[in-house]
Amino acid sequence: MDTRFDVELVSVSKRYGTTLAVDAISLRIPAASYCCLLGPSGCGKTTTLRMIAGHEAISAGDILIQGQNISELAPVRRGTAMMFQSYALFPHLNCLDNVAFSLKMRGVGKAERHAKAREFLGLVQMADFAQRLPAQLSGGQQQRVALARALIMRPKVLLLDEPLSALDPFLRIKVREELKRLQRELGITFVHVTHSQDEAMALADMMVVMQDGHIRQSGSPREVFEKPVSPFIAKFIGSHNVLSGPSGPIAIRADRCRLGVPGDGPFVSGRITAVEYQGAMVRVAMMTDLGPEAAALMPDRDFYADPVGPGDPATLVWAERDAHAMMEA
Amino acid sequence: MIVGGPSKAGAVTERKPWTFYALAGVFCLYMAFLYGPMLVIYLLSFQGENGGVTFPMVGASTVWFQDIVKPGQMANIPVSFSRSMGLASVVSIITVVFAVAAGLGFRRRFPGSGVVFYLAVASLVMPSLLVGFGIGLGFQFLGWETSMFTSALGAQLTWTLPFGLFAMFAVVNRFNRSWEEAATDLGASAFQRLRHVTLPILLPGIIGVAMGAFTLSYDEYARTTLTIGTKNTLPLEIYALISSATSPTLFAIGTLTTGGSFLAIGVTLVLVLRMQKRRTAASLKVG
Repeated sequence: MDTRFDVELVSVSKRYGTTLAVDAISLRIPAASYCCLLGPSGCGKTTTLRMIAGHEAISAGDILIQGQNISELAPVRRGTAMMFQSYALFPHLNCLDNVAFSLKMRGVGKAERHAKAREFLGLVQMADFAQRLPAQLSGGQQQRVALARALIMRPKVLLLDEPLSALDPFLRIKVREELKRLQRELGITFVHVTHSQDEAMALADMMVVMQDGHIRQSGSPREVFEKPVSPFIAKFIGSHNVLSGPSGPIAIRADRCRLGVPGDGPFVSGRITAVEYQGAMVRVAMMTDLGPEAAALMPDRDFYADPVGPGDPATLVWAERDAHAMMEA
Repeated sequence: MIVGGPSKAGAVTERKPWTFYALAGVFCLYMAFLYGPMLVIYLLSFQGENGGVTFPMVGASTVWFQDIVKPGQMANIPVSFSRSMGLASVVSIITVVFAVAAGLGFRRRFPGSGVVFYLAVASLVMPSLLVGFGIGLGFQFLGWETSMFTSALGAQLTWTLPFGLFAMFAVVNRFNRSWEEAATDLGASAFQRLRHVTLPILLPGIIGVAMGAFTLSYDEYARTTLTIGTKNTLPLEIYALISSATSPTLFAIGTLTTGGSFLAIGVTLVLVLRMQKRRTAASLKVG
């Protein structure tokens, strides 16, 4: 039994009638890792997660969890637990009974299951809210109870469907730190679906970018950011300028570009369309003479040494070694 | 709201358009038309001993209420009341069972779901007297005796079942499917899911359907009159009395049954509101 991988997808497809939502994807998620499935809406990331959870039948292919083929098993027997996008806490049960629900279904006695549920509420710092109903909790608190309810199943793999999308931006950053800490402490694999590249970059050990039912690139966030394989990835990850190079498209990180004068190195000229002050950095967007838009992300000190404004002509320069060649499409 | 032009002295006046007063007038007339006759009946049911079925009031008394339970002309009122309660209870239970099952079933499109849906709708628009007539005729044709818990029950169900189904559509619409998926994920069997998640969450709506079906059955006349057989329900009994007897006792019956209805509605409302108060906030926040 191969347990180097917690989750393995072997050419998994999902078909709805004649449309392919997921097209023969293969993926191996190493043990105890934080994996983010990332992509624009409709790319198949949620469908993939739901197939792993067992809430969606697999049209073709196999899914293995710690080396065991679970493609045909009921959700509860897969060793997975799912946290739903809207948390799906049962509105008629208090926090304690929500968390104890799976134990009750297994016929565990009241005293024992409540003791266990209290322990898991404690794990997410919600012990004081045991008697509250979901309606009496904030979004962040509901999220924690949902987490405790999933973790009490002692899953090998925790599946999270856009867990942060219902939270406000400040809370989102705080909660994602907690998620990462919990994953490290529990030593289990988290598979987290998101459409936010910030979230994926901050959390993931392994980032999987999907589009149109295919995996376009997977790897560590740093690999993906530094070596996007295609213009789609470079644009989706953001902070990249996608231009055409001598042999196919190239990507140059916006923070490696400067405004300057044409010299020996590569350059592109155009006209400035917008200047955004972002605190530590200033983003200067321009329309290049060649057509595509481009931007320079420069330290505020460099920008204010020689400020420019919308409408000014400008030349974007970068070092040859910072240009990253990609494949077409 | 500023509609245009400078407002006087800088203040924005909130003068209501004439249509507001016109429509308010229509509404008041409607309310008077709806509640006026009922108020008159409630008032006249306390008519004095020597008074009649019209104004003026000749003193005030409760003799007409006592008359209801006295042996004599009104002897059938208490027994027909208990018949109506029994029939309405059975109708209500059957309607809930089938409407809840159908409501849950209709969440998914299935082959023929459209046809089944329109067949159900059709029975709501069918003329009620004709439905009763048809059922009565059918029973006679087959040589069966019409009675309360056979033909009359069936006739009332043709009315309450589609009503219950429609009400359940509204109830089920607000049900978040991921509650069920979460239950499955947490290891609930299909039965456990229904017992511990689906039904408890739908309960306020289900109580509403039960009450609705009960009320529809309790005051049903047109379908029941030709299918009830020899033993009358309360509405049929009252109707018979209206054509034969004229005394304020009829008004007293009206007052009493209305009071009973309001009591039942009030108790249910309190129950349902209590349940919903704890929950709606959750579904609003999350959904």
